[in-house]
This record gives sequence, C-alpha cells and structure tokens, in this order.
Amino acid sequence: MSFPLAAQFRLSVLTAAALCLPFFPHLNAQDFGVTITKGVPIRIAVADFKPESADPATSGYKHTFDTTLFADLNAAGIFDIVSKGLIPQSSPGNQSEMNLAQWAAPPANAAMVAFGNLSAQNGRLIVNGFLDDAKNTQFPQVFVKQYSEEASDDQARQIAHRFADEIIARLGGGGVGIAETKIYYVKIGGQNKEIWEMDYDGANQHALTHLGTVSLSPRISPDNSRLAFSALGREGFQIKMFSLLLNRMVNFPAAGGTNLSPAWAPNGNQIAFSSSRTGDPEIWTADANGSIARRITSFRGPDVSPVYNPKTGAQIAWISGRTGLPQLYIMDSDGSGVQRMTDGGYATSPSWSPNGQFLAFAWDRKYGPGAPGGQDIYVMEITSKRWIQLTHDIGRCDFPSWSPDGRHIVFANTPDGKAAHTRIMTMLADGTQKRALTGSGADMPNWSWK
Amino acid sequence: MTLQSKPWKWALLAAALSLATGCHHSKPLNTTGANANETASSNLPAPTATLTADPLAIDIGQSLVLNWRTTNATSVVIDGIGPVPVNGTQTVSPSNSTNFHLVAKGDGGSTEANVRVTVRVPKPPSAADENANGSEDKTDEVTFHQNVKDVFFDYDSFDLRPDAQQAALSAARYLAAHPAIKVLIGGYCDDRGSAEYNITLGENRANAARTALISAGVPASRIRVVSYGKERQFCTEENETCWQENRRAQFNIDR
Repeated sequence: MSFPLAAQFRLSVLTAAALCLPFFPHLNAQDFGVTITKGVPIRIAVADFKPESADPATSGYKHTFDTTLFADLNAAGIFDIVSKGLIPQSSPGNQSEMNLAQWAAPPANAAMVAFGNLSAQNGRLIVNGFLDDAKNTQFPQVFVKQYSEEASDDQARQIAHRFADEIIARLGGGGVGIAETKIYYVKIGGQNKEIWEMDYDGANQHALTHLGTVSLSPRISPDNSRLAFSALGREGFQIKMFSLLLNRMVNFPAAGGTNLSPAWAPNGNQIAFSSSRTGDPEIWTADANGSIARRITSFRGPDVSPVYNPKTGAQIAWISGRTGLPQLYIMDSDGSGVQRMTDGGYATSPSWSPNGQFLAFAWDRKYGPGAPGGQDIYVMEITSKRWIQLTHDIGRCDFPSWSPDGRHIVFANTPDGKAAHTRIMTMLADGTQKRALTGSGADMPNWSWK
Repeated sequence: MTLQSKPWKWALLAAALSLATGCHHSKPLNTTGANANETASSNLPAPTATLTADPLAIDIGQSLVLNWRTTNATSVVIDGIGPVPVNGTQTVSPSNSTNFHLVAKGDGGSTEANVRVTVRVPKPPSAADENANGSEDKTDEVTFHQNVKDVFFDYDSFDLRPDAQQAALSAARYLAAHPAIKVLIGGYCDDRGSAEYNITLGENRANAARTALISAGVPASRIRVVSYGKERQFCTEENETCWQENRRAQFNIDR
C-alpha cells in the first residue's frame, strides 16, 4: 500500500525536477551580470595631500588619510584609478598650486584629480579637499570641501571616507558612496559569540554586545538606530534588540520556542523572523518592538532567514526545508504568492539587492553525503531565475550581504571549512576584487543600509 | 497524572452519550413484535454486532480506537462507556487491560460482542524504588541517562528512526516512574550547512523527540525544548561518525 504511494511521490518529484530544468539553464557570467559601472570607468588620479602644519602628528594623519582615500576610491569599483607611480611628484595643496596640464598629460592621463591639504592645529584636524575636472581647463573645479574634526587617526580615516563618498556621489552616476557605511558581524570567541561593528573597509573593529552567550544574525535597522539579532538563553534562541543610540540592550519581548534571524522592512517599522512558538519553525512578522506578531508561512519543516525586498518592502525571500534540503523561496510579505527560486542543492542565507532585482545567497549545488560540492556565493536575477556564481574554490562561503550602493557584497568565508577559521571578505558584485576584511573568528556580516 | 483522571472522564462521556441517544428511545416503535427478549420473535431478524479495537495492545498512557457496527439494533450499550449510537467509534485510553463488552438490543432480540485490550504496564525499576525517598541527584543523573537515551537523526532529517521510537518508549516508562523529573531536550545538528537553518532543523529534531515522549504518555508540562543548532558541538571532526554524534536530540534533567 505504502510502496506505490512513495513511488508515485518520487515520480512526481522527478517530473517536477525535469519540468523545472529548462528554467534553470547553466549560465556563463556573460549571460547576465550585475552592473558595477555604466560605460567606461572614469580615470581618476589622487594626489598625496599637502601637510600644512608643523605638528609632528600631522604626518601620521596624512598617511592614514592618503591610504584611506586611495583605498576607498579603488574599492568603489567605478574608477580607473591612476597608480601612484604614474602621477606627478607634487602635492598641490590648493587650486592655485594645481598644474592640471601635468595631470592630464601622459603617463597619468587623468580625467579627474582629487587633491588638497591637511593640517593639525590646537587639537583639530582640518582637511581641504578639491576635485578637478582635468579636461575642463577654463573652470576645472568640480567641488571643494572643508572638514574639521578632533585630531585623531580615526578621524583622519573618517574624513577620508566622507571626502571619498563626496567624490563618488558626484561621479558615480547618482549612486551614493559607501565609505561611511558600517558592517555588523559575529565575533567568535571560544564558546561565545558577540556582535561587533566595523567600518566598511575592515577598520575600527570593536564589540557592541557583552552578553557572554551565543549571539547570531545581526541585522541593522534602515536608519542605523537599532540592531536586531538573536541570542541563546535558557529558553533557547530569542530575538534581541541593541540600541546604537543608547549603546545598550533595549527590551524586546520573548516568545515561546526558538526565535531567530530577524530582518528589517525598509520602512523600519516591521521585522520578519523565524519563530517556532506554535511548534514548527515558520516565518513571522511583527512591528519593530515585537508586538502584533503574526505567522505568514505554514509549511512543515524549517522556515528561516527571511529578508525583505529593500526596494519595495512588499516581498520576502527566505529559506524553507519543506521539501527536504533547504531551498530559496520568495513570497509577498503577507505570505501569498510563494515561488521557489532554486532547483536543488542546499541554499541558504539570502540577501536582497538594494535595487530589488537580485538575490545573493549561499548555495551548495551538489550537497549531500560524499558529494564533491562546495558552498559558494551566487547571485540570481529574480525575474528570470538566472544565476551566476561569484566565488570559486576558496573554501566554504556563506552569509552574503549587499552594500547600499549594490556594487559590493560582503560574505563569510572559511578556507579550510573549520568554523573557527571563518573570516569576513568583500568583493564587487560581479565577483572581482575579493579581499579579506578581518582575520579568523568573524562571521555573519550584515552591511548597513546607508 | 493523566491515568487517574480517566474514570471521571468516562463517566462524563457516558452521561453525554446517554443524552445523545435519548432520541432513539422516544422514537415510536411501530413494529408488532415489541418483546425484546432473548428469544427472537418469529418474523424479525436478530441483531448482529461486531466490536474491534485498534491497536489491540498499547503501552500505558497510549490510546486506542474502539469501532463497533450493529444491524437491526435499537439500543447499544458498552460496559464502562454506557449507551452509544448503533454504529460508532470511540477513542479510549484504559489504564488496565480491559474486556470491552457490547450489548446490542433490537426488536428481534439481543446479541453481544467482546474485545480484549491489553495494556502493558511497565514495572518500575526496583533501584528507583529503593532510594525513592533519598532521590540522590547523582543516582538520578546516572539512571536518567541509562533510561532516557539521546536519539539520533539521519542527515538533514527530523523524522524519528525506528530505534528512536523505541528509545522514546523506554524513556517514557522511566519518566512515568519518576514524576518529579523534568526533561530538557536539546536539538543539535552537524557542522555542515548554514547556522540559521541548522537552528530551525535542531528545533524540529527536539520537537520530534518531544512529540514521541508526549505520545508515550509524558505530560507536555514536564518537557522543555531548546535548539542549539550547530552552536554547541559534541565533537568537531569532519567525518560521518562525528557528524552522526552531533545530529541528535539530547535529553537532560531540567533543573
């Protein structure tokens, strides 16, 4: 009696798989791509800033500023940046000291030049930043900006980030810069895991929580005011809330069962999360202080890792194990219109691109005992379900998270597969320019919304 | 305990059923031979009755379904339950082995049906009896883990294996004999796969073990469930032996 039923089920699964196949063709990266630049990248030269004070600390600030500015513009992914070896050996401190013809000529061939001066006096660090259009000999100045902060190495870095963002905002085709954004992540320390914060470039790593337990899945609110995460307590994992304005934990109601993987709606008023308060883990939504919780899925098996469409807030992508191995799904944020996105393997950890068009996620396409598969980062175009693979042969990758300009993806990587060796890496959204932001012991990165 | 609450429940049930069957008696009997004697009257067929139980044997705390079918009967009574509809089913959870006895009466006479249900009552471990008053923590811990064994799961699965079902039954017997002990079930996963998904998978595993204990008669109020996913590993080697050790629902005394 039970055998024909099982066989029938198996057959229908196979049929479904066969039917699905044409919709999931293997694709080369050329077939579709995440647009990093529109047209030819702008060739930009960055002069070393001119120190204009005798304070012995100035040279230290200048070094920090120069390297941060160069790294920010280089990492932006929209510039053809002139190598330091090809630029004129001069440090023009202001517009009158600028000889643009020198910068526009070979070998620099710069279309744009960023330059300026830096001084430390009376405990203040003052930076004047200029951006010139080298091809416009009559009115070359694009903008000039003055920054004044308390003199410190950290502020030298922050000013460089702000100046870089200003340049990217002017030249980046309308996109915002990300040099002032933050990345929240899990710091592994023995048995415990705490939530940490760092600048987008890996600098300024520091702890936010000190709960002495396992804290996971940090998710920053769209306005950068609150951080939702989940932490292990006596009653299992519960949603927790940390206020970045108050620098302390704030109350969030506990519920029965396991509650984890919170996600913010783009309006900041709603969160989605996984809860097993009624037995089976399902996707729930609630308002940002945890009240008016309601269940929006009902599938037997794990449902976890929701993420809102940041463009509309009207859809949720999440991971469901209702057919066995976890797969990527999307649905309307009221639970209707469920669509399966992946055709097999083991898919986890979705992140929705800021423009609403793509899902980044971790996928092991040949998952199973003894299978030779690896877990890598993929990006799928939602309307066509076509995908590209962004990481290859660098070990286990998980937890991709988009930068707010949609040009970068940060993710967790463990070269040898050992959990303790997990580190955070960043790359452009087309898979190029990979580099590590942290050493071992950092996991589950989440990029701020702005 | 649940078992002691059964008799009054049955009484209530019987009362409710007799109310429901009242209409049968008030129905006008327009047949001629109205003597419901043991001897059937000449032209009316005698009632027939069957009574079955599924399953025929249970462990204490479990339930079974009685199913009866009669023909030509106007009133049907099951001992211990009372008047019942002429055809029906009833879920019961007897605390002892019971002989269910059904009498069907009709205009053509009466007939009987029986079914014997065996209830397996475990003998409480004698060691526990000896130091029931002492209730030493250490002994509890040792006998607890001897009787309440962790259950293990297949890869990416939260379905109980047959061996786990057996383990749950013996765990339930032990817990029935030690009503003071509360249980913490931890759900665990192996090191592979993703952290968030594994926590929900661990939740499903712990809940599967919880459901097995509850259906074996352990009250839900004595069980607490926490999923640890892959956050608290038993071992960290990358091989099937270790992965299997980690894919488990682990039982502990909840203090």
